[in-house]
Amino acid sequence: MILTLAFRNLFHDRIRLAVTLVGILFSIVLVAVQLGLYLGASNIITANIDHAKADLWITVYGSKSFEDGGMLLTSRERHQALATPGVKAVIPLIVRFAEWRKPEGGSTRVVIVGSDAEDGGLEPWSLIEGTWDDIKAPEAVAVDRTYLNELGIKGVGDTAQIATGRVRVRAITDNIRSFTQSPYTYTTLNRARALFGDSDGTTFYLVQLEPGADVEKVRQDLQKRLEGAEVLTKQEFRDRSLKQWLFRTGAGVALIGGALLGSLVGTVIVAQTLYSSTKDHLSEFATLRALGSSSGYIHQVILAQAGISAVIGYLLGISIALTILVLSKNTALPMVMTPGLAFWLFTLTVGMCAISALSAIVKVTKIDPATVFNR
Amino acid sequence: MTHEPVLEAIDIVKELGHGAAMVRALKGVSISLVPGELTLLMGPSGSGKTTLLSILGCILTPTSGDLRVAGVSTDRLSPEALANLRRKHMGFIFQSYNLFPTLTAIENVRIALDVRGQKGFAAANRAEEVLRDVGLAYRLKSYPANLSGGEQQRVAVARAIASSPSIVLADEPTAALDSENGHAVMELLARIAKEQGRSVLAVTHDPRTLSYADRVVKIEDGRIVGEERRPEGLDAPGIADLTKRRKAHA
Repeated sequence: MILTLAFRNLFHDRIRLAVTLVGILFSIVLVAVQLGLYLGASNIITANIDHAKADLWITVYGSKSFEDGGMLLTSRERHQALATPGVKAVIPLIVRFAEWRKPEGGSTRVVIVGSDAEDGGLEPWSLIEGTWDDIKAPEAVAVDRTYLNELGIKGVGDTAQIATGRVRVRAITDNIRSFTQSPYTYTTLNRARALFGDSDGTTFYLVQLEPGADVEKVRQDLQKRLEGAEVLTKQEFRDRSLKQWLFRTGAGVALIGGALLGSLVGTVIVAQTLYSSTKDHLSEFATLRALGSSSGYIHQVILAQAGISAVIGYLLGISIALTILVLSKNTALPMVMTPGLAFWLFTLTVGMCAISALSAIVKVTKIDPATVFNR
Repeated sequence: MTHEPVLEAIDIVKELGHGAAMVRALKGVSISLVPGELTLLMGPSGSGKTTLLSILGCILTPTSGDLRVAGVSTDRLSPEALANLRRKHMGFIFQSYNLFPTLTAIENVRIALDVRGQKGFAAANRAEEVLRDVGLAYRLKSYPANLSGGEQQRVAVARAIASSPSIVLADEPTAALDSENGHAVMELLARIAKEQGRSVLAVTHDPRTLSYADRVVKIEDGRIVGEERRPEGLDAPGIADLTKRRKAHA
């Protein structure tokens, strides 16, 4: 009967129910979009780090993110690293901003990522046109199809000018977005060096360890040997990159702030409507109390009202959020929805509605059952 | 049938308000209810009828005096413990019926069972049974808005007796009803007292109800000022009248 009464109380006033559901829906959509974009941004920021086959990263001291490096490491550091017990391979990787001059005029900034596939460090994944062998051809690069317009090209075969050399698009990737909006341009290590007129420098060394090697011990050994460089685990480098782009730039703070604001607004709207619903049904709750119901029973009715609102509001909200997710698929910053986030959003909705029910519960706790004789 | 009181109020005083605005609504009232008896509490407006009913129903706590429900003193009991006493021993009938407008007749009765932990088919069957007893078998699925005043009050009576409480307290049960429905409700209350052995107390100022009473307690200005009891063995004339009228109607 608790659920029946809660359900009837809710559906008795459909306009108020609609306001409640709009509040929850608004809140869920806002939080889902903000957190979905946050996850999407996080995935974009760490995609290269996640796809690199490295147990440890050697960076110049103070390097803040994947894109934030020079070509300051030399083969000296590589040899020192290779001499460290437990290290199987040390793979150079160049990552550096460069100017891409479009064939039809104008320019844009790109991030050159140079590595050799044979080394097994980092190669472009999700190639939809061309292969890594095509990228080994003279002047060859791979770019993502999302940025073809921005790069002023139509596809494979088109050429452009980067730094001191000409490049030709030989392969196309799908869904390798750049958080900085400077498209990643993949090429070989030697071509990247040639484009920047450097014969030895590198941005990172990707360290692969012998099977069974103690990652932390090797990291400490490497750190002792490499003055002026930092040795980071994959997780540390991910965290550092996320911190740089999401928090130092304020982008993540804005997204999380939006999510918090959404939760707050949703909570206030639901609280207001639940409170007014409880106030309208106060005489019925007083009757229940007079009939001998425990206060817990009445609280359960209010919480059930909140729970039903939460479930309906969540289903509507998540449906709209998923629609937005589909629509954002081909944008520069696609939204992400994971089962974990969907579950978390449900928990948030239920929690939000439970908190909203508090004011109504406080109100109902103060009911004087004697009012039943005054009607 | 035992004549041990199921509810006993001794020297009840109730003060309402504070300071200069304080009013002494009850000034040392003693009353007891025994099983199988329909007691009417009558008195003019402001005499303390409803205040006394609220105290007897463990809804208000007295300023002083002792109230015992089924032998248990209510002195210093918490609101939850008082609610527990109401749940275990009492059924209420209100002047304005106080039905839940969003629930059907049978659901209105079921909710009174639900708060007592009686759920499922057993509760549904019991609710249907008591609604049949009060002559509403054909109105089980009707909402209060679609019921007449008399039907609504009969649903309220069914709700009050569904859990078989030993005490039924009614506040002006016929005040909002026409003559026929008023008689029908009083007949029900008298039957509940006689046939089911419950102790029924009805607060009323309706003279139509007098003929159903086993006992009439008069209250004025917060004091019991008189009590009349129908002689032993004499049937309630109201019931006899109603039976005659029904036979004639049939």
